[in-house]
Amino acid sequence: MDTQALWLTLKLATVTTALLLCIAVPLSWWLAFGKARWKVAVEAVATLPLILPPTVLGFYLLVLMGPRTAFGRFFIHLTGHPLAFSFSGLVIGSMIYSLPFAVQPVATGFSGIRTEILDAARLLGASPLRVLFFVLLPLSRRSLFSAAVLCFAHTMGEFGVVLMIGGDIPGATRTLSIAIYDQVQDFRYTDADRTAFLLLAVTLLALIAVYSMRKQARSG
Amino acid sequence: MAETAFLTVEISHRIGGFHLEAGFHLSAPWTVLFGSSGAGKSTVLRAVAGLLTPHKGRVALRSRILLDTSSGISLAPGQRGIGFVTQQPALFPHMSVRRNIAFGLHQLTHDGRELRTKEMLALFRIEKLADRMPSELSGGEYQRVALARSLAPRPELLLLDEPFSGLDAELKTSILKDLSTQTPLLYVSHDLAEAYQTNAEVIVLDNGRIETQGPVHEVLAPKRAQLLRQLGAE
Repeated sequence: MDTQALWLTLKLATVTTALLLCIAVPLSWWLAFGKARWKVAVEAVATLPLILPPTVLGFYLLVLMGPRTAFGRFFIHLTGHPLAFSFSGLVIGSMIYSLPFAVQPVATGFSGIRTEILDAARLLGASPLRVLFFVLLPLSRRSLFSAAVLCFAHTMGEFGVVLMIGGDIPGATRTLSIAIYDQVQDFRYTDADRTAFLLLAVTLLALIAVYSMRKQARSG
Repeated sequence: MAETAFLTVEISHRIGGFHLEAGFHLSAPWTVLFGSSGAGKSTVLRAVAGLLTPHKGRVALRSRILLDTSSGISLAPGQRGIGFVTQQPALFPHMSVRRNIAFGLHQLTHDGRELRTKEMLALFRIEKLADRMPSELSGGEYQRVALARSLAPRPELLLLDEPFSGLDAELKTSILKDLSTQTPLLYVSHDLAEAYQTNAEVIVLDNGRIETQGPVHEVLAPKRAQLLRQLGAE
């Protein structure tokens, strides 16, 4: 087992999940309750990574993070190194790739809350932040949990985007899924088997957790 | 009567083919907004509460302008000093009865919140329910908690959109008596017998227009006589 890759993958999945939830909550709020006409377009963009081949997304991100774009040059100017082939680059790529897994459950959770409950909070003088922290988030805790688990599992098993923007640098960008690829290339099938089983178990446990939560929600 | 009015309402609003054009004032401590289903009663209440912004209108509560579309004023629902209990009141399902009642008291100190919550629990005789969750309440208990929660922040006016449908008449009367001692009420009803029993000022809304306004025995007498004739009692 490539323990360095395991720790890097766990770190990537944890950081990505935490940051993604911070973005998904306000975005989902806007998608659930916003009235802007172009909301549908934002919804489509937020869902795009679900359908788009990871290599396509990875390619565009690689170009964006490189010295050919103003954004890439600005980052190099700021830090002295490109965003591509770095852990920070992997986090950004993973966040974009897993965005639908965070936004969809949270937006669905917010939309499922009865309007009368939100009206009651507004009539009682609650500010939007008070509504968010005392009403929306507690009532959507199952959706938030689903989003966190799905993002974590999805990032754990990510391959295409990570390979495109991070390459295969041990300790810096080599995640478990890339380690499996390397192990198979080197005919180390026993190692590949162990790593693959670990990813399989994590993904299966994540899905069991999500479905148990949904069943619990349905039964009351 | 208009000189002593504490609430004046002028609303013009269109929803699909329905056109609401309502103007009235409140001066009595207890007013019933009477009309058949679809007359526009709930829309009027939602506009007064700030949950709906009419296309044109002006709403003033005492000296405060709550809404004036001509000058772009529209206070948020929580800034209007109006409580509103809807047809299907929704308690916060993840909070106990005590926390539900205290929700609108966040601007008070901890002690102030505790005191006011206790007052509300006592007024509605629901002290024993304080630590229960909304899912553990009966229909009548649920309504009482919703009313206590709306009344807790001391609103200058309480709007009630048929919140007692499904409750027996005795319980309904007892709740309304508790309420009327606390704050002026604007109470929506489509039930002639119920409106008659209240002995309040009545505003009749018909098909989006205010038909008449006055004491219940004057305003609803023709409708009562018509109903009694239909029932063959006269």
